[in-house]
Formats: sequence, structure tokens, C-alpha cells
Amino acid sequence: MSSQAHFTDFKSDKQPTWCPGCGDFGTMNGMMKALANTGNSPDDTFICAGIGCSGKIGTYMHSYALHGVHGRALPVGTGVKLANPDLEVMVAGGDGDGYSIGAGHFIHAVRRNVDMTYVVMDNRIYGLTKGQFSPTSREDFETSTSPEGTKQSPVHPLALAMAAGGSFIAQSFSSDAMRHTEIIEEAIEHDGFSLVNTYSPCVTFNDVDTYDFFRDSLIDLEDEEEEHDPTDYDQAREKIMDFDNIYQGVLYQDDDSVGYEKRLGIDEPMNEIPDGAPEGAMDLVREFY
Amino acid sequence: MPEDLNWAVGGEAGDGIDSTGKIFAQALSRAGRHVFTSKDFASRIRGGYTAYKIRTSVDELNSVVDRLDILVALTQRTIDENLDELHEDSVVIYDGERSWDAEVPDEQIPLDVPLKSLAEDAGGAIMQNVVALGAACEVANFPIEHLDSALEKRFGDKGQKLVDNNQEAARKGRDYVRENYDHDFGYDLDTTDEDYVLLNGDEAIGMGALVAGCRFYAGYPITPATNVMEYLTGRIDEYGGTVVQAEDELSAINMALGAARAGARSMTATSGPGIDLMTETFGLIATTETPLVIADVMRSGPSTGMPTKQEQGDLNMTLYGGHGEIPRFVLAPTTIAECFHKTIEAFNLAEKYQTPVYVVSDLAMAVTEQTFSPEEFDMDAVEIDRGKVVDEDDIDQYMDEQGRFQPHYDAADGISPRAFPGTVEGAHMTTGLEHDELGRRTEDTDERVQQVDKRNRKVETAQNEEDWSPREFGNEDAENLVLSWGSNEGAIREAMQELDIDVRFISVPYMFPRPDLTEAVESAEKTVVVECNATGQFADVVERDTLTRVERINKYNGVRFNADELVDRITEAFAAESEVTA
Ligand SMILES: Cc1ncc(C[n+]2csc(CCOP(=O)(O)OP(=O)(O)O)c2C)c(N)n1
Ligand code: SF4
Repeated sequence: MSSQAHFTDFKSDKQPTWCPGCGDFGTMNGMMKALANTGNSPDDTFICAGIGCSGKIGTYMHSYALHGVHGRALPVGTGVKLANPDLEVMVAGGDGDGYSIGAGHFIHAVRRNVDMTYVVMDNRIYGLTKGQFSPTSREDFETSTSPEGTKQSPVHPLALAMAAGGSFIAQSFSSDAMRHTEIIEEAIEHDGFSLVNTYSPCVTFNDVDTYDFFRDSLIDLEDEEEEHDPTDYDQAREKIMDFDNIYQGVLYQDDDSVGYEKRLGIDEPMNEIPDGAPEGAMDLVREFY
Repeated sequence: MPEDLNWAVGGEAGDGIDSTGKIFAQALSRAGRHVFTSKDFASRIRGGYTAYKIRTSVDELNSVVDRLDILVALTQRTIDENLDELHEDSVVIYDGERSWDAEVPDEQIPLDVPLKSLAEDAGGAIMQNVVALGAACEVANFPIEHLDSALEKRFGDKGQKLVDNNQEAARKGRDYVRENYDHDFGYDLDTTDEDYVLLNGDEAIGMGALVAGCRFYAGYPITPATNVMEYLTGRIDEYGGTVVQAEDELSAINMALGAARAGARSMTATSGPGIDLMTETFGLIATTETPLVIADVMRSGPSTGMPTKQEQGDLNMTLYGGHGEIPRFVLAPTTIAECFHKTIEAFNLAEKYQTPVYVVSDLAMAVTEQTFSPEEFDMDAVEIDRGKVVDEDDIDQYMDEQGRFQPHYDAADGISPRAFPGTVEGAHMTTGLEHDELGRRTEDTDERVQQVDKRNRKVETAQNEEDWSPREFGNEDAENLVLSWGSNEGAIREAMQELDIDVRFISVPYMFPRPDLTEAVESAEKTVVVECNATGQFADVVERDTLTRVERINKYNGVRFNADELVDRITEAFAAESEVTA
């Protein structure tokens, strides 16, 4: 396929089973557009997905893809990218997948800084298992497993990423199609690990963190009065640690970031191997003399 | 005098026992002698008894025995721990000048050598172990030049001065014994012109992986598998590959899976607790039909069990682990050299059949160094089979009518085509969910059955197409049949030389699929299965396969079988009235 792919080339012929109105539609459209706009094609793109309503995204898109087990999509993406740095690797999943069962991998993926884009569809609830609280749920959020609120403070993904040494930290809102797409494009173009926490409302189980809520509360960092410079670490930190407000845009980007695969010196796909033992293999034996 | 010499160095963990033992083992191997080593260590870094034992002979060795001829004791505990292995001609080398008066029992020959002060004379107390090696050379009547050569290998990179000092230290030890002990200890270590290599099971697995074209390794450190990762680190880069130390085993196996999906020959290695963590993803690997090699270097379980002790307790786990039903291959190398060969085979099987393949080895092999003639690792014989990989030229034949690539195409032999990401027109997804031929999720009853059958058919195909023969020893017509799997082979073979009864021994390196043992078991009067676990996991499998009761020899105290004890236990087992009378 040529590099002139249209975003619809990234669409599979499988109809999404998401609830009508689910934020994941918008998230997915933005991802497909961003991939096409940055010159990628389905044949050189690899999408790793988590488990959850959000994780189904790989099924509805068309590219090389793997839909794995709950919480482990980031390690899969890491393996794919290291084994073939020519591929555009994108990892997607929910807030439960990424910040709960997969939280350990999240922190390590951030600091390992493999060049891939991680889109977390943050709906502040567990959708697929039908409405239990998630790690990003508010403390007073009442759900089937938290009838009197969660009684624990929510995870702050951007702060976690910053603490782990993140090189690209961004947030978007799935229904702000243009900005969401732009932000993912920037994430794709960043050399290193890019986190895009995407608010992607669950219309079925979350009646608190709704479209209206996000629309009303999001502050866009592109707004002139914000004067935000994402390469300024201190400014970024201030916004990221400001838990009273939520922002849309690239909060932090390290200009000097170099992907882990480059630092390892991997410059070619690892899929070609000799027909028999490699030349000089007896030297491996001779080491044991 | 016995034909083999048994030597050990022991002390506190942190005393450099391991490297001292290894240097001596290398000296012996460079002198053209066979070496078989074993280690006794506790799960701690400093403090705690640790010993490195070497058995050496000009003949091939495959096992340890309960006898020590020369013991270098850096602590009293070393002597105490080994009392029952010392005999009346055993020599105990110790340093009486250090603040302990060694209590060497009367029967043994004490050799008080001022190891520390002689080492200081040579340039530093740190070389006291090398002084002891020099003393051991004199006791064993072993030319010190071979030790020189091993020291050169060990310290050569760090400068000639260090080599000189160590060689000098060794001479001081030798000369001290020469001058102060007017005693012929009766040993005479022959040397030969053979050039042996000396390596352990983990290194053999790592070397096998490199040779087989493994390019990606992800792992999390765990005894006794860590050595595989350490071996590959640094070496794999030269072939364009990489090693990733992951944050845990969950991550390790998922990274390895990702790399395999991207087209790299990929592997991970761990031990029991790590296998537990990997099991969920193991199912994903099988369902997505991803080729992956997983080495389980077993140690004593369950839970953290005895991390530095031997056991073969994970057979059931590797055969049956995982929810649902999972096609897989399980290989169990029977010797250190086989760790090399079976690892190569594992990569071919994994890619040919697009399945996960376990290579099950154990602590006894992982920490044992053994000599081999280099020809055992015949590189010309290595074959690489990548299976049904399609490229843009032949991908068309695996398209459906709408021109979509079918990664789970329902082929007659069960083996679908594989398109590496990047292959034009091959874009597809795979999932741990049940899927159709296109890889798309399905709950359709027919498609479910089709895919389950397809995956299982790969096993049938492999059963017919590959050679799953066991290794055979002894008299084929003997009425006594001994069966074992994995690392017990050497000890059993050696025991057979001493047995008064005639036995047929079948050593099984394939746990799944496995050879059909029915005929062998039926034609034997009695069958005894030897394995290092308490419940007889392999014996259970044999009984089920052959519908015949077998006797069991089990050991689960954390120590591998040795040849001497097997002579007794096998004799006893065949002499005993069978529990089940016909
Ligand atoms: C090991 C494991 N535990 C639990 C589950 C069940 N499970 C499926 S999705 C999910 C939560 C998904 O939440 P989130 O990641 O927020 O995704 P959403 O459905 O909200 O998009 C859980 C717990 C599972 N599939 N695997
Ligand atoms: S349950 Fe919520 S998250 Fe899941 S598809 Fe429906 S709206 Fe979307």
C-alpha cells in the first residue's frame, strides 16, 4: 500500500458493538485520521489493544494488530517496536486496563521511552464489565462496587507519567475531533513514548463524567491566555499537578527525547535470519574452551 | 586409587567460591580431562555455606558421586558439611593461620597451608583461593601449567600483572606443600590432547538460541534461569538482536510475544514462579498462533520453595497450565548438550507449527558445568525452518473472496500462513478472543469448532511429521525397564555400569507430544520411573498413556540424583515384590 492512505483504509469491515454515543467512536476516528495524516498505511502500522470496551478498538480498525490480555498491551507494543522499528506502533486501551491491572507496565513503558503512541480511553469507569469504578473514578463516585463512593483518591495519569520521566504527555477529548486528531498526530511524530489520555465518555454507566462535564471543564492549552509552552518543564509540571483543572493539549514534550530502540542501536527489523547457523558460530563454542 | 578425582572448595557465600571452582574446572578441562561440576549454595548473597564440587576423569562423566578426595575448606562448616563424603585418604586443605583451628577428623589428611599470608606475599590476600588451587595441584600431581592457562583466561582481560600475580600465588601454594609435606598423596592426574569446552545448561540454552537465530529475548531475573539472559546480553546484539530486562514476567512474555508477532525469533526464560505469571499470556500465544520459545529452568517449589535447590516439579504445569485447552509442545533436554540441541529444535517447532514451545530444564543442569568435545555442537548440522511465512508474492493464495488475508486459514494440516507486519496486503489482526479465519472475533458455534480443531490438528501433524523418539540405553531385551525424563539421564547411565541386574533404560526428552511407550512398558516385567519430584508426575503420564502400573523412584529433598544412590534404589525397586500383582 502506498503512503497515500486515506483514513478509511484504517477502518475494518467489522461494525463496532459500542453503545450508540460511546466516546470510543470519536477516539478511534481521530486515531485513524492521525495515522493517515502522518503518512502511515495499514500495512506498516501495528495496533496493540487492551481489554475492555476500549480495547475492542483494534477489531474495528484495519492494520496489523494484536488484541491481547487485560493490561498487557504496552509490553506487546514494546516487543513489536523493538523487533521492527520500521512499524508505526500504537497502543490503545481503557483507564482500567492501563492504570489498574496494567499500571506497573505503564510506569515502565513511560520510562523506557520506546517510540510508540499510547492512547488511553479514559471514561472513568469499567465499561465492559458493566459499571464498576475505575482507577480514575472520583472519590465520591457511586457504582455497583462502590455504593457509598470509592473511598480512595483517583489516579492522576499525567502526574504518574511525569513522575516516571515521561517525554510526551498529552490529554484530549474524543468529541473535540479536530484537536483530538491533532494531538494524536503530534504524539505519533514524537520520538519516544507518547501518552495521550483521551476523555472518552461512557454514556451507559457514567452519568457524572459526561460529554457536558468535559466540554464545560476542559481548558485548551492552545488558548492564547494559557501561554503554555510544553517544552518548559516547570510550566508543564504546574499544569499537570493542578488536580483541580483538566487540560486539553500537549502538556509536556521533551525535545531531546530519543526512542529506546534507537538508544539500543536497533535500526533494522529482526525478521531476517540465516538459513542455518550464523557464520562463525563455532566461535560461540570456542568461548567455552 | 579411583580413576576419577573429586575435589571441592567450600566457604561462605561471598568468598569467591564459584570463581575459584570454575578456574580449577577450566584448568582440568584445558588439560583434556572431563569435568562434571555441582554447586551447593544457599539463597543468600553473603554468609551461608556454599561449595563448588568438581568430579574429573579422563573418561566421560555424567553424574556426581558422594565422595570427596580433596577438599579446600575456607571454613569449619565446609568440613562439617562434607564429613560423610570424606574417606580415609581424603586431603583437607585449610588455613590454620587464619583465626580458626580446623577440626579435621583423624581419618583424613590435614594440610595446613597459610593461604592468606602466602597470597599476601604474592600481591594480595584476595588470591588466597588461588594459593589453595596451587596446593591442590601439588596434592593431585596435576601440572600447574594448566592452572596457569585457566588463570590467563580468567584474568587476561584485566592485565598481565594480575595474571602474573595469580600464577605466582598458585606457585606459592604448590611450593608450600612440596616443601612442608613429604607425602605422596597417590593421585596422578593424566592429561590428554583433547580440547574440551566447559559449559552449563543455561549457557547451552542461550547458545542454542543464538545459533537458531533468536533475535529478541525478554526476561525477568530468577534463579536458576537468569544465566540465559546474562549469556545473551551483549552477544545477541552482534546479530542485530536485543535483550530486554522487563519489569516482571507478565511483561517479559508479552514483549516476547510482540516481537514474535513482528517476525523475530523470540524467547523468554524463567523458573516456576515466573511460569505461573506467564500462564495467562501462554493461552494468548497459543490462540493467536504465535511462535514463541519459553524456557522453564525448574527449581524446587511450590511458591518460592527452595530457590537454589533442584526439582522436576513443573511437568504438570507445562503440560496442562492455562485455562481452556491449549496446544503446545514441551521439550525436556536430558543433558547439557541437549539443552543446546533442543533449544534449536524448539525454535523450528515454534515457527513451523506456530505454537508456544516449552523447553523444560532444571537447576541441576543450569548450574552444572560439564565438558564436551566441541563437535557436540555441530554448527553445520543446524537447520532453520521458519514454516509458512508468506510474502507479497504468495500472499494471494491465502486471501478470501473479498481479498482479505486469512491468518487463521483452516488448512488441512492445521497450519495457517504467517505474514510479518509490513507485508503488503497482509494487514490483519489477531486476538485472544475466539476468532474466524480472518482473525475477527466470533462466537459462531461452527467457527469455534473449526478453529479449535484447526489448532489441535497442528499437534497431529507434528506427531506424524516430527521425530519424537526417546533416547535408549542398556539392553533392549531386558525385563527391567527404567524410564526417566530430563536431567536424570546421566546419573542413571552411570548407575547402570554398576548395576548387577540387566536393565533397559529409556530417557525421554519429549513430554508433549511424547513417544509411545506402550510397547516398551508392556514387554517389560516391571517398569520403574525415576524423577526428581514427590508425586511422580511423569509416572502418572506413563500410566495413563500405557494403561499399566509403574513403580516410582522419587527424590524431592532438593538434591539431584547421584549415580551411587541410584544403583541401590534401582536394585531395590526391581527386587521388591510388585505392589500390583498381575
Ligand atoms: C485478568 C482479567 N481480569 C478481569 C477481566 C475482566 N475485565 C474485562 S474489561 C475489564 C475492565 C475494563 O475497564 P477499562 O479498561 O476502563 O475499559 P472500558 O471497558 O471502560 O473501556 C475487566 C475488569 C479480564 N478480562 N481479565
Ligand atoms: S458500556 Fe460505556 S464504554 Fe462500553 S461501549 Fe457502552 S458507552 Fe462505551
